[in-house]
Amino acid sequence: MSKLMKSQKSSRAVNKLFTYLYLLILAVVIIYPLLITASSAFKKGNLVAFDLDLTADWTLNNFQRLFTETLYGQWYLNTIIIALVAMVVQVAIVTLAGYTYSRYRFIGRKKTLTFFLIVQMVPTTAALTAFYVMALLLGALDQIWFLTFLYIGGGIPMNTWLMKGYFDTVPIDLDESAKLDGAGHIRIFWQIVLPLVKPMIAVQALWAFMTPFGEYMLAKFLLRTPEHYTVAIGLQTFISNPMDQKVALFAAGAILIALPITILFFMLQKHFVSGLTAGGTKG
Amino acid sequence: MELNNNGQERIKKAALLSIIPGLGQFYNKQPFKGVVFLAIFFVFIIQMATFGIEAMTGLFTLGVTPGQDHSLFMLIEGSLQLLILAIFLILYAINIYDAKRVATLASIGIKTNKSFIDIMKNVYQNGFSYLLALPAYAAMIFAIVFPVLVTVLTAFTNYDFYHIPPANLVDWVGFDTFKDIFFLSSYRDSFMAVLSWTVIWTFAATTLQIVIGVFTAVVLNQKFIKGRRFFGIIFLLPWAVPAFITIMSFSNMFNDSIGAINTQVIPLLNHLPFIDIDAISWKTDPFWTKIAIIMIQGWLGFPFIYVLVSGILQSIPEDLYEAAKIDGANAIQRFRTITMPAIFAIATPIFVTQYTGNFNNFSMIYLFNEGGPGSVGAGAGSTDILISWIYKLTTGTSPQYNVAAAVTIMISIIVIGISLLVFKKTKAFEMED
Repeated sequence: MSKLMKSQKSSRAVNKLFTYLYLLILAVVIIYPLLITASSAFKKGNLVAFDLDLTADWTLNNFQRLFTETLYGQWYLNTIIIALVAMVVQVAIVTLAGYTYSRYRFIGRKKTLTFFLIVQMVPTTAALTAFYVMALLLGALDQIWFLTFLYIGGGIPMNTWLMKGYFDTVPIDLDESAKLDGAGHIRIFWQIVLPLVKPMIAVQALWAFMTPFGEYMLAKFLLRTPEHYTVAIGLQTFISNPMDQKVALFAAGAILIALPITILFFMLQKHFVSGLTAGGTKG
Repeated sequence: MELNNNGQERIKKAALLSIIPGLGQFYNKQPFKGVVFLAIFFVFIIQMATFGIEAMTGLFTLGVTPGQDHSLFMLIEGSLQLLILAIFLILYAINIYDAKRVATLASIGIKTNKSFIDIMKNVYQNGFSYLLALPAYAAMIFAIVFPVLVTVLTAFTNYDFYHIPPANLVDWVGFDTFKDIFFLSSYRDSFMAVLSWTVIWTFAATTLQIVIGVFTAVVLNQKFIKGRRFFGIIFLLPWAVPAFITIMSFSNMFNDSIGAINTQVIPLLNHLPFIDIDAISWKTDPFWTKIAIIMIQGWLGFPFIYVLVSGILQSIPEDLYEAAKIDGANAIQRFRTITMPAIFAIATPIFVTQYTGNFNNFSMIYLFNEGGPGSVGAGAGSTDILISWIYKLTTGTSPQYNVAAAVTIMISIIVIGISLLVFKKTKAFEMED
């Protein structure tokens, strides 16, 4: 008996050792690339590759160069404009549609809902040829409004599904009793149900806001002049030329994007997965 | 309720009359509705006469005089006209349905709304839902449905760098583009090479991120762990930092001659006993590029799975494990019989979206090494997946828009087919009524 306990104890110790070893290695593997990038932003001179030399001289000069020597400020502004417009419009559209599908039974409801589900799987970004021809006809090539519009439209089916799933979690009894008290459509929506789905709206808003910061393919495809770039394609120009790598500038620009996005992410992270599973597993 | 002959007659008449929209409503003594439907009908006729007929014939011919007719614009305008026609047909069906329904109600003696105010009230009560969903439909039609329609049509034309309007005409070629992709040796080889790597990439990368994610969640869920919060935050970072930034950083780090992996990490690892690695040609050897992007995707994608699975693990009741322990199940058996089923029951649809997501993961492929190194023909590099190939086909110096469109259709069919299969099987997304 005591022998068994002993062997159990030692196997537990081995398990503990390997557990912490695994966690530590994983942590190092995650932090190393981020640290090496971030630290390069504060290096002097023309860096051609990231390297981790914490003893080198530190400088904030790269951040200054970013705004004086490059179009980075313009790119950042473009991205924020796109992100804000896409966020406001998309959240408004998706909230209304999600509410409708959750609360009303109308002709064609099931059919259109299935349609949303299928359309949501279409890799719309792949319809490049169509976007190109549409942009030609509308004179919208190289225009950020067209890109904004595509971001808004592309996110609607998926997000309507998620929004509907979240609205479904609000008990319908609330609506019924409000209706008995004489509240109309708009009042029930605006004053009773909407306040209860604020967390999901926040998540949706953040998603819609973050997309233009990270989306590369459509932006690169549609935007042609550097003044119209978003940060994603702008930053890439710093390191896309193998003969002229501006690694320090890239790193500085990356920090200014990653920092706010990461903070926003951690603020709302709790809701991300619950929103996904709630919308995904409920009808 | 049984309808008498008179009622039957009445319904039939209302339906027949509404072949010309509005007349059925007049017959039902709803003149306001009648006027609305009639007006829609006239607007459509006028639209057809001024723009529609021409657009439809344009879609049919795609232009006859090079330099004068712009085939592409004709294609777009024709597609737009198809949409307008579809919307009108839906309204037309509603018109007949409405006339029949009101006639039915009237013939069994239910009072119907006659006045303008009553009808508006009714529209507000029952139409409110449509009103709310309208912006979503409108945005979707123009940002998704219309582009998809145009893509499908383009795949059946010969729109490529030989046929650039307005100097040249674009023509319908039927299934020729698809035939070329499958049977023309130059295309077929490239297509098969890209397709098979896309499949390998999707399975390897997604499975890797799921395995790391699940494993990490299980490891971190052990009771004795100290600093769980600390590790939890670190493990979220790859998800929190925008992916394009980390991919570009990795791209620089994996540079053959100056990258940090070859100049710092490998020399450091060589200090360990029994390890002796040479510098690896990450960017110039297709095999190593593939290894690198699969590993990086594991790095990028595991946090999401880890968070998801952590949530599921916490929802599994502790008693289950205790009971299994008493029954003599070891850790692996407990994992296989309790943990795994619980994870898959909830997470399968989300795992599938991870697979389809990587199937179309453009950023990872393109930003790391632009689909290179080398080439497998038809403009595709050795690590290009279908979506990055499409990008190259549309942006390259000799664009092949029709091939790109055809490949897009194939991608969509694959992705939708697999998703539907899995969703149907797992009964997620099942509707309540």
